Amino acid sequence: MPHLTTYVGLADHSERTLAESFRSVADGHAHVADVFHTCRMLAEWSEANRAALAPIVERYGEADVEEPERLHAAGLARTRDGEVGLLRDLQDLHVLASLVQTTWTVVGQGAQGLRDKELLAVAEHANEQTSRQLTWLNTRMKSAAPQALIVAP
Amino acid sequence: MTDRIADIHGPRTPHAKGTVWPARIDQYLDPGVEETDVERWVQSACLLCSNGCGMDIAVRDGRMVGVRGRATDVVNHGRLGPKGLYGSTRWAHAGDRLTRPLVREDGRLVETDWETAMGRIVATSRALLEEKGPLSHGFYTSGQLFLEEYYTLAVIGKAGLGTPHMDGNTRLCTATSAAAFKESFGADGQPGSYTDIEHCDAIFLYGHNMPETQTVLWARILDRTRGEDPPRIVCVDPRRTLVALEAERTGGVHLAPRVGTNLALMNGLTRELFANGWVDDDWVAAHTLGVDDLRSTVEEWAPDKVAEVCGVDADDVRRAARIFGESTDVLSTVLQGFYQSHQATAASVAVHNLHLLRGMIGRPGAGILQMNGQPTAQNNRECGADGDLPGFRNWDNPAHVHQLADAWDVDTMTIPHWAPPTHAMQIFSYAEAGSIGLLWISATNPAVSMPESARIRRILGGDQCFVVVQDLFLTETAELADVVLPAAGWGEKTGCFTNVNRTVHLSEKAVDPPGEARSDLDIFLMYADAMGFTNRSGQPLIGWRTPEEAFDAWAAVTAGRPVDYTGLSYDRLRGPTGIPWPVNAEHPDGTDRLYADGVFPTDTDYCETFGHDLATGGTVTETEHRAMNPAGRAFLKGAAYTPAHEEPSEDFPLLYTTGRTVYHFHTRTKTGRSEDLNRAAPDAWVELSAGDAAERGIEEGDWVRVASPRGAIEVRARVGNVMEGAVFAPFHYGHWEPPADLGGGHPDAEHRLANELTMTVWDPVSKQPVFKTAACQVTRVRAGDGPAPAPTTTASAPDTDRPASRRRPPRPTEGGAPTTTTVPDRTPDYPLDPARSSEGSR
Repeated sequence: MPHLTTYVGLADHSERTLAESFRSVADGHAHVADVFHTCRMLAEWSEANRAALAPIVERYGEADVEEPERLHAAGLARTRDGEVGLLRDLQDLHVLASLVQTTWTVVGQGAQGLRDKELLAVAEHANEQTSRQLTWLNTRMKSAAPQALIVAP
Repeated sequence: MTDRIADIHGPRTPHAKGTVWPARIDQYLDPGVEETDVERWVQSACLLCSNGCGMDIAVRDGRMVGVRGRATDVVNHGRLGPKGLYGSTRWAHAGDRLTRPLVREDGRLVETDWETAMGRIVATSRALLEEKGPLSHGFYTSGQLFLEEYYTLAVIGKAGLGTPHMDGNTRLCTATSAAAFKESFGADGQPGSYTDIEHCDAIFLYGHNMPETQTVLWARILDRTRGEDPPRIVCVDPRRTLVALEAERTGGVHLAPRVGTNLALMNGLTRELFANGWVDDDWVAAHTLGVDDLRSTVEEWAPDKVAEVCGVDADDVRRAARIFGESTDVLSTVLQGFYQSHQATAASVAVHNLHLLRGMIGRPGAGILQMNGQPTAQNNRECGADGDLPGFRNWDNPAHVHQLADAWDVDTMTIPHWAPPTHAMQIFSYAEAGSIGLLWISATNPAVSMPESARIRRILGGDQCFVVVQDLFLTETAELADVVLPAAGWGEKTGCFTNVNRTVHLSEKAVDPPGEARSDLDIFLMYADAMGFTNRSGQPLIGWRTPEEAFDAWAAVTAGRPVDYTGLSYDRLRGPTGIPWPVNAEHPDGTDRLYADGVFPTDTDYCETFGHDLATGGTVTETEHRAMNPAGRAFLKGAAYTPAHEEPSEDFPLLYTTGRTVYHFHTRTKTGRSEDLNRAAPDAWVELSAGDAAERGIEEGDWVRVASPRGAIEVRARVGNVMEGAVFAPFHYGHWEPPADLGGGHPDAEHRLANELTMTVWDPVSKQPVFKTAACQVTRVRAGDGPAPAPTTTASAPDTDRPASRRRPPRPTEGGAPTTTTVPDRTPDYPLDPARSSEGSR
């Protein structure tokens, strides 16, 4: 199961990147009240997924095989300005959350194969939470898009 | 002769459970006017709260000189409250009514004619459409216009311009009520009826200070609690209100959760139903979806944990849950303590969950009343001036959009339906950025009523957005406008409105408006004419000129929807009583309560929304909704409790909450111009608990500074009945004052606006701003020279458990002009009243 270990590590790492990116967007668009508060809450959801995974990471240990090339995605270190900038930042978050979700899907499949009930439960719950993050991002982009694309200065 | 300032609810007419609420006719006439002087009584309903009491307007010499409750009306059985009696008509002849349009010239508002004022609006509107398109236009309305006006504006906005930026101040008041209905039942619509009061065993009031917000409804409850076989009252409120005192008196419970923790309490009450086997499993299986998820969501909320988070007694949680779990019929009512607080929609939905788990819905006594704050808020929601699609249609359902496109004869693409409608706070953000370049505000005063006032003033007063204000007076908002249009008010125009329990009333024109003031309907029509909006056939888009024609057009688009008005007409509404919708071939006389058959409007093709994630506001898709196959079953939806957005800190250790007093409505535009009402609550104040006051060396009547991270006020302190750690401020007081001889001239007029302190933050689903959770600090500024100007007759009374301040004894609130109250020999026959057929049988 060497590569499952790699993917458990990827889940942990990509959730961390997503959490940090949610916080960056919250701070970068702090004057947009719902974005500020929701992104901070969604960052905590990612942290909670990591906390649930922590004992399993411990159990699986470090991967002893070489990681695939370009395994990790970079987070959003800097946010953009304005309404179009917000839209673009939300798109970036959506890309990162999609990576998180497919990672959990893959990890869940591995857990099925291994009959690791603990990991399966963590992966399934995390997958649901990521769906909720993606749903919010999609909803928020849809409502922001017309004004940002057509009217914003 | 009754002083209804001192005696807010009037004399009791107690009666036994299951019997018809007796009639009692309340009347007020201006000083010097005798009943024989009244030339005409004109049919209407009260516009000074959401209760919707039927009333007649007294007219003499072309003036409104008083009011009388309509004994035959199902809503109030003849009663009126202090605001309705003293405040309905006197603003109409105030000396400062707007009588001519105003336009801004060199920074000042100057009088002009209609042609010039409307010319400026149309020129700006055309230029913006040309340059940026319809998304440059925003409309912010009210909960006090008439149905015909909302619907006309909705058609102008959605089919004429094509802008999604329409909302009302209903966003601040009842948005959560609508959102909670949609989440649980699939569509807006009040399930219960006021007649539930006559049949219930217990009444739960959640964040609802009914004795001050709907006085006549509270009188209806008092007539039960003081009669035979009374219901028990359970009160959820951080203040020891009159509701709390009645809870203590009836053997109920007063739960005072820490501000911002409503959902934790609700999760605890829900858990108790599961833990004690008070769930009707068969009913739940047949009529709901989601019970397993709800059970696991609330599992961790044992009473001890609730006690820890909410600061309430664990046994009180158990007792309240037991009352809910063991009563046969419970009535629940909900208002701003939930709607304007943290996790508003989730907490309000939790009230539905309790009823659904016990199958307590759709029969007399087992009801839900998600209240409204304003008299016509319901119509804003129905007609779509708040951004929703008219007739509770689903913006995400192409078939529903087609129905409207056909009715209006416009292209489907014109009607904004690509995303949820833009909510008020977002509209103001767009106006702040200038991407909305024309903001048209009707019959509301956001400069006083919206959160974080300094920001709102900046947005309205800036050059980035052209602001039109349409009102009765030069309000704090109108002062900042580019064009001000003088509007006719209630009694000066004709139209319909619908109250909290779906009862539709016709309000007829009694007198002419002053000067050049015009009805809001005529103003909107004037704009539509000038803009030349047409339909696909090249005909004028708005095919009506009169209120009655507008009503008929509205009724036609409600066909087949839950909010069915097709059986209503002006002629029908000129009868003895208002009529609750739906009114159609199936229910020709109207409908007292919804969901008697346990079938809810959740079918995917019929529902008003596919729903949302209560924590984030993310929308459920049509595909996901269809997969759940709700098919008429209600949703049980839960959410995890999260702490409020702003928690107390070292610098701001107290929790700030705002609210109403019984003697004023909103920003006092009308009530401040009634001498009787204004004298009862002439100036702002802030309420502190005895402990918090003592810790800061504050005594009754001292001037104090209340500060949050956003702003501060300096007002006088009432040492009162608010829970320790919380501070209450009334939200009515902007800088407007009546003339000194009518009770004005207060030194704090420039620094008493409660919303200077509130936050710009809103509920993720209903988008209702949070007015009730902010951190603050209170410091003593200087000694006062008398008691605080707070009423003594209400929740603002001095601390009930301690002797009154000897140095500054509070002045009793009294001295209203005389009113008459008569109990007729025979109670009229009320159609649809379930007690009428079972009189004495229960």
